[in-house]
Amino acid sequence: MGAVLVFCEASGDTLRSASLPALTAARELATHHGGPVVAVVIGQGVSAVANEAARYAARVLAFDDASLAAPLAETYAPVLAAAVKAAGATALVATATSTGKDVLPRTAALLGAGMASDVIRVDGPNKFRRPTYAGNALNDVEIASPIVVLSVRQTAFPAAAPAAAPGTVEAGAAGAIDALGSEVVAVHATKSARPELSEAKIVVSGGRGMKAGENFKVLEELTDLLGGALGASRAAADAGMVPNDLQVGQTGKIVAPQLYIAVAISGAIQHLAGMKGSKVIVAINKDGEAPIFQIADYGLVATWETAIPALIAEVKKLKAAGG
Amino acid sequence: MKILVTCKRVPNPEQKLKIGGGKIDLSTATWQINTFDEYAVETALRLTEKGKGGERSGEVVAVTIGPKEVAQQLRGVLAMGADRGLLVTADDGAMDSDSVARLLAKVVEREKPDLVVLGKQAVDGDSNQVGQILAGLLGWPQATFLASIRLAADGKSATTTREVDAGVEEKRVRLPAVVTVDLRIIAKKAVRNEALAGPDAEWEETQRYASLKGIMAAKKKEVKELSPADLGVTLAPLVRAAGYEAPPGRKAGARVGSVEELVQKLHNEAKVI
Repeated sequence: MGAVLVFCEASGDTLRSASLPALTAARELATHHGGPVVAVVIGQGVSAVANEAARYAARVLAFDDASLAAPLAETYAPVLAAAVKAAGATALVATATSTGKDVLPRTAALLGAGMASDVIRVDGPNKFRRPTYAGNALNDVEIASPIVVLSVRQTAFPAAAPAAAPGTVEAGAAGAIDALGSEVVAVHATKSARPELSEAKIVVSGGRGMKAGENFKVLEELTDLLGGALGASRAAADAGMVPNDLQVGQTGKIVAPQLYIAVAISGAIQHLAGMKGSKVIVAINKDGEAPIFQIADYGLVATWETAIPALIAEVKKLKAAGG
Repeated sequence: MKILVTCKRVPNPEQKLKIGGGKIDLSTATWQINTFDEYAVETALRLTEKGKGGERSGEVVAVTIGPKEVAQQLRGVLAMGADRGLLVTADDGAMDSDSVARLLAKVVEREKPDLVVLGKQAVDGDSNQVGQILAGLLGWPQATFLASIRLAADGKSATTTREVDAGVEEKRVRLPAVVTVDLRIIAKKAVRNEALAGPDAEWEETQRYASLKGIMAAKKKEVKELSPADLGVTLAPLVRAAGYEAPPGRKAGARVGSVEELVQKLHNEAKVI
């Protein structure tokens, strides 16, 4: 069998930390496929990112071209497919980020390969476990095609540690690049000093019960005090209280922090799918019958209006006491 | 403007799953259209309208894949306002995303739509693949996870906003194209065909529900059944479900009586703050 290719994303001049779990999964998969782990870096001016990726992979293929500056599925998918063939790879792995989700299935189509999404466990060269039905069923899948493609859930694999010796970096030959007329016009980045939701150690999320976007200010204060990331339920995102990129759940971000504080969140199935891998779950809800209490390690029946300011005060006291 | 929209049936996500013997028992499931596909239908309809309740121009063709009983859900989509339906009869439980996309690619070849609109993922399989594979098979541009879409007046391109990890990306695609929609697409002003609707046009912030009139009209609309063989597709799934298992349960912990107690427990017992 062949090499295991990993699509490593660039974030400016650095390797996106979200790609490190994919490298871990790729190393596991490489023990089944027998070949080396080969990282693929795509973009414009990516030499620094390629060098960083070489800390984790035996070989890096860097596709550096002005026409690859923006991550377009139309251009990245054929480049990845070409890289799979050039490296004689039998597997392609990426983290299920928004770019990974966009690009990987299209690449699988170009390769005629079967793909497993959101993999949480590698069980063999072509056997993987993945959650379905909003995490209410774990599905073991087998891929029948000679090449297997998988996106991995970021929280299911630890970040890869650098290898003992760095790998080699080579320029990949992208061939003719055709964006099919597509272009990224602009990216309106969410500016936040907080850690990324899917990587934060503490997440504070608000739900429909917060009633209005302005009420999230008090949650932001608690979030910042704890050094965490702010999240929200689909109901709160749907109602426009917060940007949709804060949404935690089946169709939003999947998080697994050390501490998840769910405030005024009832606990719909699709929300639980995004956070039940958290180590410790705290539920604060005025409705003692809310389903969120069934999975919470600590439950407090209270309104957010009284509980959150009190919680802020208590945490401040704890911090002042050197805790 | 001709738009092909996909609608997949899914078991009601609020019903408890019955998992046993490595299988999911769906024999008592009630079925409904995947929410994201309902949003796709809403998107397609808005793109043929001058505004809420306004005149329409263009055609919306709804396609579904499944056993003959899916005709019921397909009629529901026609009752929302889609003009005609296609039912590809196949065992939806045995199919992978690649098979679905291959069937859809053949439907696209026959129907030659300007735009294909899909939900970003089905809430049963959660794969989030079909739209992207379809675009790849067709060699068409794609725009996934849309929060908004604006069709240019000349009908040759669409400007979209997409939900990405970093925030919101604005992407322009040439038509014909494949797009998949996310939650925000049903916002009041998220969808507009510049050839039909002015900047002030807006809709209700929800997918529309079938009116009685719509239900009556749907009975007269054409639903054509096709088999994979009619489409020249031999189904050979690349991904096979080898088994299902219930995830490990998570037990409810303790109730705390006060914020003070909560903070003490998080600090001293759980040691997470």
